[in-house]
Amino acid sequence: MSPALTTSNDADGVGTLDGAPAVRISHVHKTFGRPGAQTHVLDDITLDVAPGEFVTLLGASGCGKSTLLNLVAGLDKPTAGSIDVPGGRPALMFQEHALFPWLTAGKNIELALKLAGTARAERRPEAERLLKLVRLQDSYGKRVHELSGGMRQRVALARALAQGSQVLLMDEPFAALDAITRDVLHNEITRIWAEQKLSVLFVTHNVREAVRLAQRVVLLSSRPGRVAREWTIDLPQPRRIESAGVADLSIEITEELRGEIRRHGQH
Amino acid sequence: MASTDITTKAGSGHGGTVADFAGVEAGLDALDAVVTQRNSTAETLRQKVLPPLLGVLLVLALWQAAYSLHVTSAYKLPSPLDVWHAAEDLWYQGTLFSIIWTSVWRGLSGFVVALLIGTPIGLLVSRVRPVRAAVGPVLSGLQSLPSVAWVPAAVIWLGINDSMMYAVILLGAVPSIANGLVAGIDQVPPLFLRAGRTIGATGLAGARHILLPAALPGYLAGLKQGWAFSWRSLMAAELVASSPDLGLGLGRFLENQREFSDMAGVLLGIILILFVGIAIELLVFTPVERRVLRNRGLLAAVK
Repeated sequence: MSPALTTSNDADGVGTLDGAPAVRISHVHKTFGRPGAQTHVLDDITLDVAPGEFVTLLGASGCGKSTLLNLVAGLDKPTAGSIDVPGGRPALMFQEHALFPWLTAGKNIELALKLAGTARAERRPEAERLLKLVRLQDSYGKRVHELSGGMRQRVALARALAQGSQVLLMDEPFAALDAITRDVLHNEITRIWAEQKLSVLFVTHNVREAVRLAQRVVLLSSRPGRVAREWTIDLPQPRRIESAGVADLSIEITEELRGEIRRHGQH
Repeated sequence: MASTDITTKAGSGHGGTVADFAGVEAGLDALDAVVTQRNSTAETLRQKVLPPLLGVLLVLALWQAAYSLHVTSAYKLPSPLDVWHAAEDLWYQGTLFSIIWTSVWRGLSGFVVALLIGTPIGLLVSRVRPVRAAVGPVLSGLQSLPSVAWVPAAVIWLGINDSMMYAVILLGAVPSIANGLVAGIDQVPPLFLRAGRTIGATGLAGARHILLPAALPGYLAGLKQGWAFSWRSLMAAELVASSPDLGLGLGRFLENQREFSDMAGVLLGIILILFVGIAIELLVFTPVERRVLRNRGLLAAVK
């Protein structure tokens, strides 16, 4: 493992022992289907996310990156191996905003606060604080359909943060957005990640996005998903997705990804 | 695990300042925000009220024309004015509202009981697999059975009285309401349930905060159909069951006028039954449904 994994830049991580990872995935296997007709989706995945670390999981289709995220979120159980999230149930963001259309933006956040056990009197101010954090302080009373795609994802981020977890899992959350909006949201998530000292596990198939955001990029191979290679990215934040540093690394990683995909055409 | 560290010189990731991005973000928010407009009252009147009014006028005109041209004898087809006079007579006798109220009261109270019975049945059928396998097909089958078919059975079981009326209403409305809820729950996008589970809405909290609100549009459609079935069943029961113990409702009034061969009265009865059915739907169900759909942004296409 690279030295970057063991250095923690978050001394006061909530609910984690000092030096212990925020997410520990060890020797995880996942198979689907009946015995005899099984698909091996994840093969011996071992991966830690340090407190305060931003990790992107990158891979072609069929690498099981969303499956892995579901396992970490506790929505599914691994066939073998173990997943440990010492800070409790992590927050999860999807490609679709998944906001509840029968509630306003503010009430969506308040529902998460309520389920996380926040006292009634504190919910409204806390929801307003979170909306302000994603720069949507004027949208408390807005219905979901009155918000643009980018605004919806920002409310979804605020709702995820309302759970109070220091671990944030993101499943291609910006894939459905246009380039300019995605760029703005990259800045937002980088800012909020740093401000809130979050540990982020971010799944994407977009190499530039992975390099733009992460401290560490993990490339998964496909069918079954294995950790193929990882890169530590030392470019300073905030990065620009069009910068030369991001582009150079993206080219190298894309080449590696192509290699992984090519292997599947050979047999 | 293969691992490569690549260090690129600091400073190559140059570019926009934070203020720049805040500006772009604010601009995007302003450009992308969806503005929902509600029509003015005059516009609503023109688009919503005028067309059905014209439709009714057209029907009246055709009716009057058929009467004036003596398409059939006046005894079989009275003029619209004759029916109006029949209504006036009832008004002056002071019985018009009591007839309507007798039926509306029965229909609405029967509907409320059907709601209280149908909702738990719908929940059970949608959430408990064995119950669904056993009861589900029966429930959807019952929906296609005209509830007037229950009237003879209900008369034998319960006699000619109010309980028999309510029994027929329930047999007609409960399956609709339960099925509506089942359909509503089946159509809840799995993403909402996943999102609910990640924020901790499981079990009862999940049902209350996610499943039921998400299923509300389908449930409301079921309620609306349930009301229509209640009303139809009640009219069928009132038409068939005759007893001095029963108050005079619309169905009984209609049947009485037939016995007197009073065609104007019969037409008045039909029009009143239609009128009440539509009025309850417009006054009770449509506003609730529109509110729910508008709040979820599902009305934009309908306007």
